[in-house]
Amino acid sequence: MSDKQSVSDKETVSVSTSAEADNLGAARPSTANGMALLGRGIREQKKLFTLSVIGSVLFGAMTVADAWVLGWATDHVIRPSFARGDITKGALVAAVALFMAVAILRALGIIGRRLIGGIVFYRLIADYRRKVTRKYLELPMAWHHRHPTGQLLSNANADVEAVWAVFMPLPMAIGVVAMLVAAIVAMLAADVVLTVVGLVVFPALFIINIGYQRWLSPRVAHAQALRGSVSAVAHESFDGALVIKSLGREADETARFETVTNELRDANIAIGRIRSIFDPLLEALPNIGILLVVLIGMGRVTSGAAAPGDVVQIAYLFTVVAFPVRAIGWVLGELPRSVVGWNRVRNVLDAQGSMDYGTDVLTGDGPVDVSVRDLSFRFGDSSGQDGNGDVLRHIAFDIEAGKVIAVVGATGSGKSTLTSLLTRLVDPVTGSIHIAGRDIRELTHESLAKTVAVVPQSTFLFDDSVRENVTLSADIPDDDVWAALRTVQAEGFVSALGRGLDTELGERGTTLSGGQRQRLALARALVRRPRLLVMDDATSALDPDIEQRILRALANQTAGANGPTVLVVAYRKATIALADEVLFLDEGTIADRGSHAELIGRSAAYRDLVDAYDQAREAQA
Amino acid sequence: MSSPNKPERPIPERIGGFAVVRRGLAMSPAIKQGLGLTMLLAILSTMGGSVVPIVIQVTIDSGLGKGGNIDTGKVGTYLAVAGVLIAITAVCAYAMRVRLFTASERGLAEVRVDAFRHVHDLSMLTQNAERRGVLVSRVTSDIDQVSLFLQFTGIMIIVSLGQMIVATVIMAYYSWQLTIVVLVCFLPLAVSLKYFAERMSRAYDVVRRTVGELLAVIAEPVVGASVVKSYAIESRTQRRVDKGIDGNLQANIRAQRLVAVTFASAGVAGGLANAGVITAGVILGVAGNLSMGTVIAFAFLVGLFVGPVQIATQVITDAQNAIASWRRVIDLLDTPADVVDPGFAGTALDEGALGATFDQVTFAYPGGPPVLTDINVTIEPRERIAIVGETGSGKTTFAKLLTRLMDPSAGTVLLGSTDISKVNFDNLRQHVVMVPQEGFLFDSSLADNLRYGKRDATDAQLVQAVDDLELTDWFESLSQGLDTPVGQRGESLSAGERQLVALIRSSLANPDFLVLDEATSAVDPQTELRATRALEKLLSGRTSVTIAHRLSTAETADRILVFDAGRLVQDGNHAGLIGVEGVYARLHTSWVAQSHLSIDLQR
Repeated sequence: MSDKQSVSDKETVSVSTSAEADNLGAARPSTANGMALLGRGIREQKKLFTLSVIGSVLFGAMTVADAWVLGWATDHVIRPSFARGDITKGALVAAVALFMAVAILRALGIIGRRLIGGIVFYRLIADYRRKVTRKYLELPMAWHHRHPTGQLLSNANADVEAVWAVFMPLPMAIGVVAMLVAAIVAMLAADVVLTVVGLVVFPALFIINIGYQRWLSPRVAHAQALRGSVSAVAHESFDGALVIKSLGREADETARFETVTNELRDANIAIGRIRSIFDPLLEALPNIGILLVVLIGMGRVTSGAAAPGDVVQIAYLFTVVAFPVRAIGWVLGELPRSVVGWNRVRNVLDAQGSMDYGTDVLTGDGPVDVSVRDLSFRFGDSSGQDGNGDVLRHIAFDIEAGKVIAVVGATGSGKSTLTSLLTRLVDPVTGSIHIAGRDIRELTHESLAKTVAVVPQSTFLFDDSVRENVTLSADIPDDDVWAALRTVQAEGFVSALGRGLDTELGERGTTLSGGQRQRLALARALVRRPRLLVMDDATSALDPDIEQRILRALANQTAGANGPTVLVVAYRKATIALADEVLFLDEGTIADRGSHAELIGRSAAYRDLVDAYDQAREAQA
Repeated sequence: MSSPNKPERPIPERIGGFAVVRRGLAMSPAIKQGLGLTMLLAILSTMGGSVVPIVIQVTIDSGLGKGGNIDTGKVGTYLAVAGVLIAITAVCAYAMRVRLFTASERGLAEVRVDAFRHVHDLSMLTQNAERRGVLVSRVTSDIDQVSLFLQFTGIMIIVSLGQMIVATVIMAYYSWQLTIVVLVCFLPLAVSLKYFAERMSRAYDVVRRTVGELLAVIAEPVVGASVVKSYAIESRTQRRVDKGIDGNLQANIRAQRLVAVTFASAGVAGGLANAGVITAGVILGVAGNLSMGTVIAFAFLVGLFVGPVQIATQVITDAQNAIASWRRVIDLLDTPADVVDPGFAGTALDEGALGATFDQVTFAYPGGPPVLTDINVTIEPRERIAIVGETGSGKTTFAKLLTRLMDPSAGTVLLGSTDISKVNFDNLRQHVVMVPQEGFLFDSSLADNLRYGKRDATDAQLVQAVDDLELTDWFESLSQGLDTPVGQRGESLSAGERQLVALIRSSLANPDFLVLDEATSAVDPQTELRATRALEKLLSGRTSVTIAHRLSTAETADRILVFDAGRLVQDGNHAGLIGVEGVYARLHTSWVAQSHLSIDLQR
């Protein structure tokens, strides 16, 4: 068992799934790429890496010295003492001192190699996690939309670990090279003929190791990817348990899981077969070498060409050097995976683009007016040949400060896109949005965020306290937090949580219902006193009663001069009823605009959409 | 963020470890099969390392030590025998490993599949979303841990222990005095092993916890990207991520420190042992009790101790973790399936329209207050029932009991005249289907998802089902038709579209008894009405129970069941209930108020 082995086992367990880990064959990483990657890591952790290599070289040198001391003790302590029947005291003391000194120096070397080498490895991982996540924060939403969540998470976790995994055995491998040189020098000094045995056995060990790791490595990556698939199937199947159960599909699901499980089993057995051949071979080889040394050594000693201590020393060298030599194999075996991981991580780091914000700051408070001109938008980079892919087409409208506008439209009419454009989560292909007379592209990020608050369809809660989830670390007194919670009808359930505002939410904290989550998201928006509030179907999970109370409270605020201008995406008539005006969106254009009563009067399409229930009721009557 | 996090897994008890292994092996016949021979091979494969020191001793004492007159015949014989033994060792080691890898992988694959199936048979899966992540780790990382244990840690323990025992026996045969010297040198390490193992186990617990925290905060700039951007909280998020990364970094370095120290100290013990052996060996040798070869052979034998001692701490930690994992998997398999399929022993439901009866039914989650209390109601065949009540009144629980997604804590549910718990699952699911609120889809094509309703449906049948529900317009808006990928959990579609897919899926299943739990709450009103009306037409002559989120559904139902705080408080049709003071009238008034009143005012 190697130290490196246990490290990669730990990773296997903690690593999240990366179904793409299987790309190994596709992007054949060249050795040159691998070397460039090593160079990058070494440059970034130059000082510590140098220290760890010094530790490792010390370890290598002391390992050879250990054998030399044994040889020296054989010739200068053991043989003379046995020959004379009297202890050679001075030499014995020297041998003991040498053994201890070598052991202590070697221990220091091990600490340098393992601890400092480990620090280099973990620091590189931490540094690159920081770089990747900084990039995530910088890249625009359009980029995020193009990349699956699972892939981005695995880029920051499993892939970053894969990139630098090679640095765990690297210092040791470099130390081993030094050790081999020292071993050959020591052997040459002892006996040239016996050195030949070493020159045969060591390179053989070396080559077998490289072959072993090269053979093994893609299979390990493959098994790792399969482990990801097993986990993905289990996740999906357990998430969809209700559907599976209610449609009676348990047996089919089990068969699906069994298929990937068996693939993983076969991949692991294939790996096992390779290990079963190489591990015993690598253990046997140095022992065979020792037998050869003894065989040839007898002749050398008889002819007087070598001392018995030389034979002992070289034989002992084989036992101590055999295992560390494997480190070189680990490095070369790990390198292709590191390069594949690096290519994925680099895709993130090299990604271009960020939202460019302006330098203007909006001052004052109170509601703002909004002016939208010739707004068109489409997803993706495609230049859209005929405008067919446009989600929004030449939208134009104005909202007076303090008004409440409802945006109504069928599923897929572009409502959500409009809300994203207002907060610059995405920018339009053409056209502009002005808030309080300023193009929103000229505002700073902070100023825009301070002015406009958007409450999205689905709520994201942070793994943090209720207070932090509402304030998002802004300096807001608890009284204001409670006031916002009151407005969104959340005061009751938050007080009932064990520790009130200090209650931890999220993965390891209390879990909330969909309606409770939505109310916290609303409070998050309201507590910052935005001047334009955008709600994208943000009350869908609430009981109609509660929704109504929240909207009333909001409408009351807006009726006073200090409430925000509100743009709300809605289906429910009660919501629409609270609006001053309705924008009716149909297939990416504004089909009509006016009060609800006007639209009901003149637009059949609007009537069909909003009045469906009433029509149904009338049809029944 | 400073939650008083408990370690994710309790520190495994050391007592009972062997019992867990015994139990685990008993559960996996494939692992146990031929284990005896595998063990024998393992013991044989510890010989190789011990051969070399003997050869060294013999060679030195046969003349090499004196620098000449070597008994080449004797040494030659030993060399030849040693060569053969080393070869046999390698062959045994190969055979042992292949057998162990194959047997353990086969056995664990079976356990994995058994555990997966068992999870689906547990009702907690449908009750408790928070536990799902934990259940996933039972069939993934926990079993991976056991596999690593059997294939690596296990081999190491056997081979290392075997090697140390053989080495000790050879040492004792050569010289008990020198053996004591060697053992004394390693004694401090052996004694402190437990201490180091506990520290390391704690260090790795911290590492695991920080990994959990790290994964959570790293998800923020990805999963929460739009919140982060619209509130301009990039720097706050980066601070949190950095904190998570640093916490993990520090925990890893602390664990690494322990690994480095245990490795280094084993090396020092080895040096100490060599010095002790030479000193004591020379003293004893001069006194005539010991040969020169023996002393040098001891130096080689000491080497057999150093490796195992170096990794012992790590091995103990790994073994503890693996046994804890194994115990968790066994505990899962030992949890009795609470909603049990009677299987072949079960009965089949009568063909044709079905009614249902709740007889004094009460339901409570384990250790919780009752969610439904003493429900008595009969639903006639072909009735169209609407269920009404506020959030938390017990509507969904009623639906789950009706479809046997859960079993009542007390009382009986009958379908027709048959106790629902006596109906075999295959038959039950053919007759009774529930469409839950969350239209969960599988990461595959639209067609694959629809076929969850009817396995062998042809493409034409799928399209027909879409047309039958009057969803052709929506279907034609999909770029790739039936081949449209729906994404993870169906997230490429909107919530409303997912519900439409779930609706088509259940109409394909063609049940006699359909239960809809707010199944169209996210669909726009126009589409919703069109689709549900079409569904009703399709299912005419069948029984349906609809949990209504819009009271218009209740207005048109044959019969309304009103739930309040876990009790069935009203039962009747719209005309009958609307005039009576009660929950229904109150809910209906408030619904009418919000969907009509203000509009009427504006008119």
